[in-house]
Amino acid sequence: MEQSGEYRIAAPREQVWAALNDPDILGKCIAGCQKVSRTDDQHFDVKVKAKVGPVSAVFDAALELSELQPPQSYVIVGNVKGGAAGFAKGSATVTLREETVDEETSGEAALSEEKRSVEAGTATVLSYVVNANVGGKLAQVGSRLVDGAARKMADDFFAAFSALLNPVAEDAPPDNQRQSDAAAETAEGSAASGQWKIWLIAFVVLGLAAVLTT
Amino acid sequence: MAQAETTELENGIGAAVRRREDLRFITGAGRYTDDLTQPGQLYGFFCRSPYARAELVSIDCAEALAVPGVVDVLTGAQMVADGLGDLPCGWLVKSKDGADMLSAPHPPMAAERVNYVGEPYALVVADSILAAKRGAESVVAEFSELNPVIDLATATHSEDIYPGITHNLAYEWALGDEDATRMAFAKAAHVTTLDIVNNRLIPNAMEPRACLGQFDASSGEYTLYTTSQNPHLERLVLSAFVQVAPEHKLRVIAPDVGGGFGSKIFIYAEETAVIWAAGKVKRPIKWVAERGESFLSDAHGRDHVTHAELAMDESGRFTGLKVVTTANLGAYLSTFGSSVPTYLYGTLLAGQYKTPNIYVEVQGVYTNTAPVDAYRGAGRPEATYVVERIVEQAARELGKDPADLRRMNMIQPEDFPYETPVALVYDTGNYEASLDKALELIDYNNFEARQAAAAEQRKRRGIGFACYIEACGLAPSKLATELGAGVGLYESGEVRINPTGSVSVFTGSHSHGQGHETTFAQVVSDKLGIPYEDIEVIHGDTGRMEFGLGTYGSRSLAVGGSALVVAADKIISKGKKIAAHMMQAQPDQVDFQDGQFSLQDSNQSVSIQEVAFASYVPADYPEDLEPGLTEKAFYDPKNFTYPAGTHVAEVEVDIDTGVTTLVKFVAVDDFGHIINPLIVDGQVHGGVAQGAGQAMMEHGIYDEYGQLQTGSLMDYCMPRADDLPDFDVDTTVTPCTHNPLGVKGCGEAGAIGSPAAIMNAVTHALGNKDISMPATPEKVWRAIRGE
Repeated sequence: MEQSGEYRIAAPREQVWAALNDPDILGKCIAGCQKVSRTDDQHFDVKVKAKVGPVSAVFDAALELSELQPPQSYVIVGNVKGGAAGFAKGSATVTLREETVDEETSGEAALSEEKRSVEAGTATVLSYVVNANVGGKLAQVGSRLVDGAARKMADDFFAAFSALLNPVAEDAPPDNQRQSDAAAETAEGSAASGQWKIWLIAFVVLGLAAVLTT
Repeated sequence: MAQAETTELENGIGAAVRRREDLRFITGAGRYTDDLTQPGQLYGFFCRSPYARAELVSIDCAEALAVPGVVDVLTGAQMVADGLGDLPCGWLVKSKDGADMLSAPHPPMAAERVNYVGEPYALVVADSILAAKRGAESVVAEFSELNPVIDLATATHSEDIYPGITHNLAYEWALGDEDATRMAFAKAAHVTTLDIVNNRLIPNAMEPRACLGQFDASSGEYTLYTTSQNPHLERLVLSAFVQVAPEHKLRVIAPDVGGGFGSKIFIYAEETAVIWAAGKVKRPIKWVAERGESFLSDAHGRDHVTHAELAMDESGRFTGLKVVTTANLGAYLSTFGSSVPTYLYGTLLAGQYKTPNIYVEVQGVYTNTAPVDAYRGAGRPEATYVVERIVEQAARELGKDPADLRRMNMIQPEDFPYETPVALVYDTGNYEASLDKALELIDYNNFEARQAAAAEQRKRRGIGFACYIEACGLAPSKLATELGAGVGLYESGEVRINPTGSVSVFTGSHSHGQGHETTFAQVVSDKLGIPYEDIEVIHGDTGRMEFGLGTYGSRSLAVGGSALVVAADKIISKGKKIAAHMMQAQPDQVDFQDGQFSLQDSNQSVSIQEVAFASYVPADYPEDLEPGLTEKAFYDPKNFTYPAGTHVAEVEVDIDTGVTTLVKFVAVDDFGHIINPLIVDGQVHGGVAQGAGQAMMEHGIYDEYGQLQTGSLMDYCMPRADDLPDFDVDTTVTPCTHNPLGVKGCGEAGAIGSPAAIMNAVTHALGNKDISMPATPEKVWRAIRGE
C-alpha cells in the first residue's frame, strides 16, 4: 500500500512543532497506546491495542527513526506484529513546511477560504508519504479497505490535532511549552522525548492505522 | 401388481424425479457437521501463518493457556513428538526421465517452517469458540521471514523453497511422441500458436469445511465427523499414513455435506489435527472454517501457464499439437495435486479430434501459495481450454467457419473405439450430432443478424464454441495404479432387502449435492421392481458401509451406480433360487421382471417382497442356501467414460464500459443413458455457472509477498443468478459401452466446456484480440481501446 496526504495546520511551524512535542496533546489525539519504551535514541518499542472491524489485537511495533532533519522532516521505519491479526512493515516520510503567501494565492480553491482566515506565513503544511505492506488476516480481509480506512484514521488524527492546536496557537503564552511527562512513563521529560512521540504517533496513525483498520 | 408397476415407471430409470433430499435441505432440516454437538464438546481455532515463507522460530503458548476457557494449545512440534506422519500425496507422478516426483514434506501443522499464508501452526482448544479465538490471539509465535516464491512464471529460477527440490520443480512430466510431433510441425502448412493462462480459482462450497473429532476412552475408538467427499479414503490416510489411530479404531462420518466441487476430497491439516487433539484432551472438539479460512486453506484450482501450437495441413486438418504447461502446485502436493495437471490434463489434449501427433510437457512447480488440487473438472477444463481456444484461433487465422473446421477434424462414429495419441481409448461417441444440435439451438444461421442488432446498441456481439470431451468415472484400478495412483478406483455397493421388503442401499459414493439418494434409489427401484418410496440410500459412514472410494471425477453413477446394479443382479440370482424352491421348480425355470419371480410356462409367480420374507424366515427353504437377502458388490470400471458435447456461448460487450454480458448459452451434452434428466440439467446448469465464473469473474490473486488479495467474497467475485442467462440445455445419447447402465458422468461437463466457449465468444467480440480469463470489464475495456 502506498499513500500520501497533506494537512494544513493553522499555526506557525514553530508552534506546530512545539505542540507536536506535547504528549498531552498527542495523547488526546490517539487512543490505545498501552506502552511505549525507548530502546535507544532512534529505536522505540510500542504496544497499541486496537479493535477495528472484525480484527482485534495488540500490535507490537518496533520503530526506527532515520533521516532526522528537525524540525522539517524525518522518516519512520516500522515493523509491526499483530499475532493472529497479521503484521505490517513499512516506512513513513513526514515533512513540515511553512505556508507562504504565494502558496495561498495559487493554492487550491477548496482550501482557499480556510486559508484566508489565517495570516500568510502563520500556517504549516504537514505532508506524508507512507509505504506499507500488510500481511495475514489484515491483508486478507482488508486489502480493499486499507487505503480508505488509513486515510480516515489519518484525517481523524489530524482533525483532532488541529482542533487541539488552534487554541494553543491563539491563546497559549510563548513560554507555555512545557513538557508533560504524565503520558510518557518511560520517556524523559525533554523536548527530544516529545519529538519521538510525534514520530511514533505519526507512524502509528499513518502506517499502522491502515493496518489496523479492516 | 398394476399399481406397483405404475409407481416403478414414474420413478425408475429416466424419470425426472424431484430430489428427495431437497425437502430437508430447503426446510433447514439438513444435518451438517456444524449441526452436531457432543456432550462435553470443545471448540478448536487454528493459528495460521501470516507469512508466505518463514522459519517458525518459537511458539509461546503461556499467555494463551491463561485465557479463561482455553483447555489446551497444541502445536505442530507436539504432533511430530507424538509420531504423527505427514499428509501424503496419493498419486505418484514420474518425470519424463523416469525419476519419481519430488514431494515436499507436508506436516499437518507446521513445526519448523511455514510455506504459505494460512498454513496452520497451532490449534487452540477451548470451551467456547470465543475463548478459542481469544486464545489464538494470545499465542505468540516468532517467525523469521524468508523470501517467498509466488510468481509462477519465474518460480523455476527463483530461490529453492525446499532443500533437495531444485528449481522448485516437483516433476517434469511428458506424454506423447515428441519426435513424431516435431516432424508434423516441420511439414505443417499452417501453425497456430497461443499463449494461455488458466486462472487460479478458489472453491467456495456453500458449507465451509468443518470437522468434529471425538475419542471414546472406553473402546479406544475415534470418530471423526467431517465434510469429506470420501470418508473411507480419509480414514485410510489418517490411519495408514498419518497414524492417528488404527483403521479399525477410526470411524469417519461425512453427514450432509453442502457442496464440495473437489475441494473436500483431500485430507486436510485441520481434521487431522482435530482428531488427534480430541484423543489428547479426551473430549470432543469441533472446528468449523470461517469463510476467510476457506479462502486461505482450501485447495485452490487450475493456475496454469501454457504455450500451445497446432499444426495443420493445407486443408486445415490437424496434424500435430504441442503443449508446454507450467502448473502451479502450491506449497505442498495436496492429496491428488500431482495427477490433476498430468494424467487428468495431458490425456485429454486430443479433444474430439483425430490429431495424429500430440506431445505435452508439464512442469509441476512449487510456490508459496495454498496447495492446488482438483476443482470441478480437474485438468479437463484446462485441457479443453487449450484445445478449444487454439482450434477457434486456427479457424480465424484460416478464415474458416469454426464449426466447419471442428467438424472436418472430428473423430467419426465409425472410428470407435478410438485410441488417442495421449493414452486414452474413447469407447463411443457421436460428436457431430451434438454439434449439429447445438448449432440449431443457438440459431447459428442468424447470428449475424443478432450481431448487427447489438451493434446498434453500441455492443459487440461474439459467438464462441467449445466441443469438449472429458474422461471421468475414475477409473480402472489397474490402469490408475500403473499410472501412479495409490489406491484402486473401484466402488462398493450393497443392496439389503429387509424382511418387510423395503430396501437399504449402501454406497461407497458420497453425495454432497449430487442427489444420490434419489438417483440410486431410481436405479435400484428399476432393477428390482421395488417401489422407489421403499428404498433408502445410505452413504458417508465408514461404520455402516463397505470400503468405498467416494465421489469426485463424475464417478458416482458410472462406478458406484454400476456396483449397485451388480449387487442387484446378485439379489435376483439368489432370489431365483428361493423363488424356485417356493414354486417347486428349478432356478433356471424362473424369470424375473418388474419385481416378480415367475415360473416359465405357467401363471405362477412370487414377488420379491415375498421372496425376501421367505429368506429371513427360512422355514421352508433351499438346504444349501444361506438365509437373508442382502448382496454386496465391488465394481471396477473397465475404462473411463467419455462424456462429450458442444457448448456455444454468445456474449455482448458494451463498447463504452467493457462490461461483458453472457446473453445466450447452449449446452448439448452426451452423457449416455440418463437416470434422472432433472438432476442432469441441474448439474449442467451448476457447472456452466462455475465455468462462467471462471471465464468472467473469478481470479485468486496473491501479491508479490504471497498475501492473498482475494481473500473474501468482497474481493473474489462469484457469479450470481442475475449474471447468467437462461441456459439452453439438451442432450444426445450414445450409451457408454462398458458399464451396465450405459451411463457417463455429468457432474463436471458444464465447467469443462463453458470457459472456452465463453472466452472464444469474448475474443470474437473483440475482433480476435486475446485476453486472459477472467474477462473483467477493465480488461475488456482496455482491449477495446487497443491497450
